[in-house]
Amino acid sequence: MSLEYSKVKELELKANDIRQSIIQMLLEAGSGHTAGPLDMADIFTYLYFHALKHNPKNPTWKDRDRLVLSNGHICPVLYSTMAHAGYFPVAELKTLRKFGSRLQGHPHREWLPSLETSSGPLGSGLSQIVGMALADRIDNGRTSGKQFYCLTGDGELDCGQIWEAAMLAGKEKIQNLTVIIDRNNIQIDGFTEDIMPLNPLDDKWRAFGWHVQEIDGHNFDMIDDAVGQAHAVFDRPSVIIANTIASKGVPEFERRFEWHGKPPNKEEADLALRELRTWRGKIKGEHE
Amino acid sequence: MLNPSQKLNPKLWDKDVEQAPIRKGFGEGLLAAAESDERVVGLCADLTESTQMHLFKKKFPDRFIEMGVAEQNLASVASGMAAMGKIPFITSYAMFSPGRNWEQIRTTICYNDMPVKIAGSHAGISVGPDGGTHQAVEDIALMRVIPRMVVISPCDAIEAKKATELSVKIHNPVYIRLAKQNTPIITTLETPFEIGKAQVFFVSIDYDAVSIKKGRVGIVATGALVYKALQAARKLDAEGILVKVLNLATIKPLDTEAIETLAKETGGIVTVEEHQVAGGMGSAVAEHLAQTVPVPIEFIGVQDQFGQSGTPEELLSHYGMGETDIIEAVKRLLERKPF
Ligand SMILES: Cc1ncc(C[n+]2csc(CCOP(=O)(O)OP(=O)(O)O)c2C)c(N)n1
Ligand SMILES: [Mg+2]
Repeated sequence: MSLEYSKVKELELKANDIRQSIIQMLLEAGSGHTAGPLDMADIFTYLYFHALKHNPKNPTWKDRDRLVLSNGHICPVLYSTMAHAGYFPVAELKTLRKFGSRLQGHPHREWLPSLETSSGPLGSGLSQIVGMALADRIDNGRTSGKQFYCLTGDGELDCGQIWEAAMLAGKEKIQNLTVIIDRNNIQIDGFTEDIMPLNPLDDKWRAFGWHVQEIDGHNFDMIDDAVGQAHAVFDRPSVIIANTIASKGVPEFERRFEWHGKPPNKEEADLALRELRTWRGKIKGEHE
Repeated sequence: MLNPSQKLNPKLWDKDVEQAPIRKGFGEGLLAAAESDERVVGLCADLTESTQMHLFKKKFPDRFIEMGVAEQNLASVASGMAAMGKIPFITSYAMFSPGRNWEQIRTTICYNDMPVKIAGSHAGISVGPDGGTHQAVEDIALMRVIPRMVVISPCDAIEAKKATELSVKIHNPVYIRLAKQNTPIITTLETPFEIGKAQVFFVSIDYDAVSIKKGRVGIVATGALVYKALQAARKLDAEGILVKVLNLATIKPLDTEAIETLAKETGGIVTVEEHQVAGGMGSAVAEHLAQTVPVPIEFIGVQDQFGQSGTPEELLSHYGMGETDIIEAVKRLLERKPF
């Protein structure tokens, strides 16, 4: 595949660091979301350490790609990845959700200006990225060098506004737009297919005029391949349905919707960090 | 002193006063309402447990509809069910219902005169660490501006339970505003409660003894801040300031008689709410008094700002809704009073 073996290893190590920071910051905060941030760590790592055209030292560089996190509650993964990518000190992560912190419980563009938008209330991110892409097309035409990314949850797709925006993007054939869906099969009240079935999800997007791909959201080669394909498509917006395992990386939390919106306690965090540091027991931790 | 006729919690001033989330009372009230009226149905938008609708869902699974994350649909589906004779309760966080689905509430529920009961949980700034996106401090304004809507903001879990049960007895659409966090239990099962009636919770012993209004102040409080208003009143009372505290659970329709009486007795009022000052409970009080008994008013509430992450206490004091802010407002008011 297109990614070098060494690059994959590098991304895997980075994603592991990002997951550890997520656990640490949630423990420190005493509230917040665990499942989504852990399961999106691989995709965030790929985007910030490989795909995005960005400059952490000059976050408002005008030719940067734009990335909108629509499901703002998974911001621990956004903050953790941005810190590891050099936007702000990793030490600042422990201020998450504290009074006066730039790392608000849900992302706030005014407080952390390197964010493209504020989110938390679900369903409005896709509309905003469509707006950004349309504005860019007015200024730079269809061959603009920018890519526009939007990350959404799967439960979030219950929101009608998502489909209003999907219809518009399909109509406008916004070719430099890529939506990545965290298809972890959970939302707050339970499993998505019990709460509000989304399947066949690929057909829904196709019917709205989108180029659709479905991948394993933890496989860097597949992520790379799908993002590459999305960039190559010229007549339609692209959606990547990333099948992820909720809370990926900590087997004790995995696949359980109970972990949607609670942080680990001390013991759970210790356990999670041990799992992550030893790659699930595959290697011995330095201190064991 | 606490007004004895209100039979308030005798342990209210204890350091370890019993606490419960106000939304918990809603959950219990909904269950009770559903047990006594089979027209009651429940609809929730992927927040069944945190809005406390899970008690109802467990007992009446056939009368519960899971809507997914779709608040606009939530409001209008409820309207449709009401058109067929049901009494729907719809729940989400206040920021999303009535925050996101305001027009659906206005047209499909109120304009159509449908008896839908809207419970908005996690209202106010004391939602805390979730931050400004989740802190609904505009919902009272949004709801009280719509014709027919009844707006209730209970001060504790017990009052929330009573309000929820009684909301079924009136035809109007009703908005019940609920706080997330633990809140001291102020009332008891014996405390009288009626939709549309304000209650005097605190009155200084010498309040009626003085014939002049000079030293008197009225405090009108609603929701989770009623406890802070009572604490402030107690301190002011100890300093010799004569206070009366009105618990204004029903913001609309306004208990105009109680408000006018308080204004006449005191000649000056402080309103206390966890909401934007613009359009909130204080505005409702001011709108009425400006036309009937114009008196100076001080408004405790959010001053045209968004919230942020923090603990409830940090946020309440940062945004000027702490106990000391209430005490200072009362003192400012005393300066302003012409007599
Ligand atoms: C408009 C709106 N309604 C409700 C919520 C509350 N809420 C936060 S996350 C969530 C579930 C979303 O599910 P999903 O997108 O699958 O996220 P995951 O649980 O996988 O992290 C809900 C209902 C919200 N943030 N915004
Ligand atoms: Mg999900």
